[in-house]
Parts: sequence; structure tokens; C-alpha cells
Amino acid sequence: MKHRSLTALAVALSFTALAFSPPAAAAAGDADLAEIRKQLQQMKEAYEQRIAALEQKLAQAAGVAAKAEGTAAKAESVAREAESAARQASLRPPAAAPASGFNPEASLILQGQVRRMKDVGDRRIAGFWPTEVETRRGFSLDESELVLAANVDPYWRGQAIVALIDGEAEVEEAWFQSLGLGNGFGLKGGRLRSGIGYLNEQHPHAQDFADAPLIYQAMFGEGASYTQDGVQLKWVAPTDTFFEVGAEAGRGAAFPGSERNKNGAGGGALFAHVGDDIGVSHSWRAGLSYLQTQAKAREATFADAGGLDAATASFDGKSRTWIADFVWKWAPEGNANYRNFKLQGEYFQRRERGDLACANAVQSLGNNCDPGNTGAVVLSDYRSRQSGWYLQGVYQFTPNWRAGLRYDRLDSGRRDFGANAANVVVEDFRPKRVTLMADYSWSEFSRMRLQLAQDKSIPGVTDNRVWLQYIMSLGAHGAHKF
Amino acid sequence: MHKMFLALLALLALPAHAALNVFATVPEWAALAKEIGGSRVAVYAATHGLQDPHRIEAKPSLIARARSAQLVVATGAELEVGWLPVVLRESGNRNIQPGRPGYFEAASAVALVDVPKVLDRAHGDVHAAGNPHIQTDPRNILKVAEALAARMAELDPAEATAYRSGVQAFAAKWRAALARWEKAAAPLRGVPVLVQHRAFPYLTDWLGLREVGVLEPRPGVEASAAYLAEVLARQATQPARMVLRPAYQHDAPSRWIAERAKIPAVTVPFTVGGTPEAGDLFALFDDTLRRLLAALPTP
Repeated sequence: MKHRSLTALAVALSFTALAFSPPAAAAAGDADLAEIRKQLQQMKEAYEQRIAALEQKLAQAAGVAAKAEGTAAKAESVAREAESAARQASLRPPAAAPASGFNPEASLILQGQVRRMKDVGDRRIAGFWPTEVETRRGFSLDESELVLAANVDPYWRGQAIVALIDGEAEVEEAWFQSLGLGNGFGLKGGRLRSGIGYLNEQHPHAQDFADAPLIYQAMFGEGASYTQDGVQLKWVAPTDTFFEVGAEAGRGAAFPGSERNKNGAGGGALFAHVGDDIGVSHSWRAGLSYLQTQAKAREATFADAGGLDAATASFDGKSRTWIADFVWKWAPEGNANYRNFKLQGEYFQRRERGDLACANAVQSLGNNCDPGNTGAVVLSDYRSRQSGWYLQGVYQFTPNWRAGLRYDRLDSGRRDFGANAANVVVEDFRPKRVTLMADYSWSEFSRMRLQLAQDKSIPGVTDNRVWLQYIMSLGAHGAHKF
Repeated sequence: MHKMFLALLALLALPAHAALNVFATVPEWAALAKEIGGSRVAVYAATHGLQDPHRIEAKPSLIARARSAQLVVATGAELEVGWLPVVLRESGNRNIQPGRPGYFEAASAVALVDVPKVLDRAHGDVHAAGNPHIQTDPRNILKVAEALAARMAELDPAEATAYRSGVQAFAAKWRAALARWEKAAAPLRGVPVLVQHRAFPYLTDWLGLREVGVLEPRPGVEASAAYLAEVLARQATQPARMVLRPAYQHDAPSRWIAERAKIPAVTVPFTVGGTPEAGDLFALFDDTLRRLLAALPTP
């Protein structure tokens, strides 16, 4: 068919070309005209012959094709059998993907919210070492997390999570993980969220509330998780009951530690997890973790005991944190699609011991540490033992809806500021918070959450907060941990 | 400390158990490994017949079992994508990582259908490789059996002949059963059906059932009342004679349609253990056919 129309087109074109020949042809005599007519006639005949010949060839070809089709059908069924036989023989999935198939699994997490809360000037978790606390009210965008992960080769896997926000790209995590050590060992290296506790490894988008438990914020600062550059070695015991131990060594630059510019490890962690199922409907995991960090010149601003200008306190010393955690999940018949319940809790205790240097804050006119604003520094011992816990339950009652309740309780515990107790305000306080949430998921990739919280983390302030948050994940189907 | 270390070493040096340790993601492959290997295999099924294999969590118990497995038998085609990769990586067991002989995907032995032409989540929870519910066609079971037996023989060469004869005996019994099933299922040919989840293309293909509608607007998306009403309205022009549901899904949508369209709702066991009767692979198809045939009006 195609051939035929092409030939017709060629003929038509040549006639057109002739018809639009230069006007010089018009000036030619009758003899010339007759000659031209003759030539045209010849050309026409020649083309007609060629068209007929082509048509004949096509007809033949069609016949052959029909036969071929029958043979092909047979061949195809033979081929199909051969293919399945070959597939079974090789036991390898077919090499289907083009080179782009090697691209990493990519996903992008979009998170944002509208938040209603009190405008408190000095927002903090009272009684604890001051760290950054979220203060944005109204509409805001959280970090957009870009996740790239892939097997590097048969021995290693790599993953990077880059948080994008307002002109910044922060490497939240970037690590490699062993696939080939065997015997239950797993090695991870790079920048990683520590395996301590239960929530610590989970990114905010995978958590059940819009913000981290209060104790995570008090213990690890604004990021509400302990992350360090280092290595992690884990070992899973060859037992039917899950038992895992892990050790980490790293830079230890994140709060409660600090950047110290030294060789070797600046922080370390140990953890053990045990877990199992009870019947088909229940599963659980419990863990115990220890984190040790060292701080040098870890600075924070404290209120002055005499009501004068704020003081800068700088801590040098050791920080030890113990965490006990558990999570228990229930799903009727082990089928979590329609209904399931998750109960989790963690208890933290931190002891710090070292020296505290109290000085004037920048542009201060003087305070108890340095009344004359002469650059004087008051040195003292610093010791603390502080604790906190949270308990939360989340119930999914239809495939799309979940509701949750969380209770946070912190205890500023014992804080010994030595000689500096007279210079800075030492708050004795037990912050607490109750949080209610309900979320709706259109699919496992999109979620909208309403959260109500009554926050009492500052003496005398009851902050009733309302959040409306969204979490959308684009791209690869990331599997989450238990 | 020193003693503990020695004890640990001794533990690591222990010879592998005599039986081949198999970790199957779903009950049908656990049953199949048992059919082939008999007493030569110790089989652990990660899920049971009433669990949705798409939505399992990487539970500690699964990591512990994967740790000592010598062979992981998965369906593949992204069925277990939400949990198995984490279980495998966290297990610290190098032999069962994808690409190693200790990792077997049943879907690699059969030709998949419903391979999406467009990959877009707007179409729901689509599986890029094709529909993973291959176990509903017994002819696929046979193909997987042959491939699996070959893999078991490769991993446990000492028992290779036993696995070969195991699969031969199974195949012979299976072929006989196939002939019996296909004869019994003749009345089902051409029967129009509704399905609650796009889980049955292999079953309908095998039995010649005609799928005329799905109770999910898109894969993995629960039907709204309006959508169900739409499906129900189509009954007038394109009447289905029964509605099929895999046992692990709850029955509300199919019951809703069944009551209003006055057609039977059939719970298909879907896998071994999906119904009390489906105790093994043979019983799975016996029960599937019994339930489908019972839904046909008696002549």
C-alpha cells in the first residue's frame, strides 16, 4: 500500500513539475509542442507500466506475507514455548530494562503545614539545655526530602537523603551499607541517623505525629534525632527470636556533643534490640541504647540570675544518654489493611558532667558573671541528670483514617551549676504535652494530618497548638522499617 | 569476655542444618517448596492466607527468620516491595540478597500479564513488572515448581536428585489434577464475573471466565459508594454472574454488589490457608473450583 502511494506521488510530482516549467516552453513552436506531448505520453506509459509491475509485485508479496504469517504464528508458539523453557532453564528474569534501568530509586517527599500557636518570645523547653525550637506560625514549608538509593554492586548499597529548603541543600543522610558481609553482620558508613532508640532512625515523614516527641527535641536539638558521620556495625543473632546488637563510632559533632577538631572518634553508641511475634496478630520490639558524646565549648544563652543581660554559658564535658524503647503493633489476623494499632514509648536519661564557663553575651552591658563587662569568665562544675519519656498510640480504624494520642513528660531533674548557680537562672521544671492527631491517607503516598496539642514546656504558658500538615511522596516505593 | 567470644565463634562455625532452610514470602511458595523438598527442607512462611502480601511490615520476626534462611522464595514483580527489601538487607544474610542463588522469584518463571503501558501513580498502585498474582493459575504453579526445584538442587547439590524426583512426582500428580480441574471447570467458560481487586487475570485466563468489572476504581484504591453504584448500574447492560474476592480482603464491597445485583459473592482462597478447606496446593484449587461452581445456578 505504502509503495503504491509513493509511486503515485512520484508521478504526480513529475507532472506538476512539467506543468510549472519555465515560461520559455510556451514560446516554443508547434513542432516542439508535439514533441513534448509525445514525450509526455511516453512518460505516462512508462509510469503506468511501472505501476502495474509494482502492483503485481505487491500482490505477490501479500500472498507470501499471508503464508509467512501462518508460519510465523506457528513459529511464535514454538518460540513462546522455547522462551518459557529458556527462562526456566536460566532462572533469570528477562533483561528488559534499558540503561536507564540502572538509575537509582528516586523519591521526593513534600511536606508543609499551617500552624497556629502562641507567639512566645523566648520559646524553649524549660529546665533543659537551650536548643533551637520551631517557632514559625502560619503557613510554612518543611524540608523537601530528596531520596536516592540503589545497590552499588553486589556488595554494597548506597542511599542519600538531601533536604532542600530556601537556598540550602543539607545532606541529612548519605551512607553505604553492606550486602555481602554475611553471618548476620551489617556495616553502614557515612552520615547516618543513629540506631539508638526507636524513632531516631525514622525521618519525620514516616512518623505518626507532625512533630517529634518533646524528649527528642530536648535531647537532640532542632533536628530531633541524633545523626553523625561515622560507621555502624550491626549483628543479627541466628535465632528464631530477633536479637540484634550494634555499635557506632563517629564524629560526634551534633548536640549533645560538639565539633571538636580531633583525630579518632568523637562519639559512640551501643544498642541492642529484641523482638518477636505473639500469635499472628501481635508483634513487638524492645531496645536498650547508650550514647556517649563529648562536648567542647558547647554554647547556649541563659537568662541572668540578677535579671541583667543574658549570659553565654559554654560547656566542656561528657554526655551519656540511656534510652529504653519499645513498640508493639496489633493487626487483627496480621492483616493491617483495615484496622491496626501501634503503641510505642521511649524513656531517656542523660547525665552530663564537666565544666561550665559563664560569660557576657555579645553586646551585653554586664551581668552576674561579668558585672563590669570586662570580659571576665566564671568557671564552675556542671553536672546534670535529666530524664523524659513519651507514650503514644495510633489506631487505624479504616483503610484511610488513623487517630493518635501522645503524652510527653520531661523532668529537668538534678542540675548542679556549682558557682554559676548564682549567676544564671536554673529552671526546675517538668514540661509536658498532650497531642491528638487524626490523619487521612488517600494512598500510601499521600497523607493529610490534623494535630491538636496542649504544650506546657515553659512555666506559666499553656500553648494550644493546631497543625494541618501534608506529606506527599513522589516516586519510588520506599519500604519502611518496622 | 574471652570465653564469650569463643562461644560466639563456635556458634558461627556450627554446620548448617541438615535441612535446606527456606523462607517463603507467601504460603503458596512455602507449600510448593514442601511438595518438592519434603523432609529435606525446613520451610518458614512469612505470611499466612489472610494477610495482604502487599502490606506486610518488616517485622523483627521476619528479619530473624531471614537471617538463617538459605533460600528466599518470593513472588517478585513488586508484590513484596514494601517490606522484603528491608527484611533482606537487615538480616545480614549475604546468601539471600537479590542476584544471589539464594534469592528466587517465582515471577521469573512465568510470563506476566497486565504489564502497564504507562507508569503513573495516577493509575493507582500499579506494578511495573505486571500483575504479580500468578499463583491463581495452576499451570503457573507447574512452571514455578520446575524452576524452584532446579534452584533447590543448585543450593543443596547433595540432595539434587531428591529434588528432581520430588518435582517430577509433584508434576505428575499436578498434571493429573489439572486434567481433572479443567474438565470440572468447563461450565465456567465464558461466565462473566466481577472482581473486587485486579487479582485474578491468571485465574480468569485459565478458566475462561470473563472479567467485566473491578470493584476498585484503580489498583489498591478502595471503592467509594459512588463508584460501586456505577459498577452496579453496568449490571443492566453487562450482567456479571458472580463477584470474586481474594480471601485476604474484607468483604464489604463484594457483598454490597452481590446483595444488590442478586449474584453470589465468591470468596476465592487465593492461597494456601485462605479458606479452612485450602490446606495445601491441591486443596487450594479443589476449593477454588468448588466455590466457583457452587456459585453457578444449578441447571
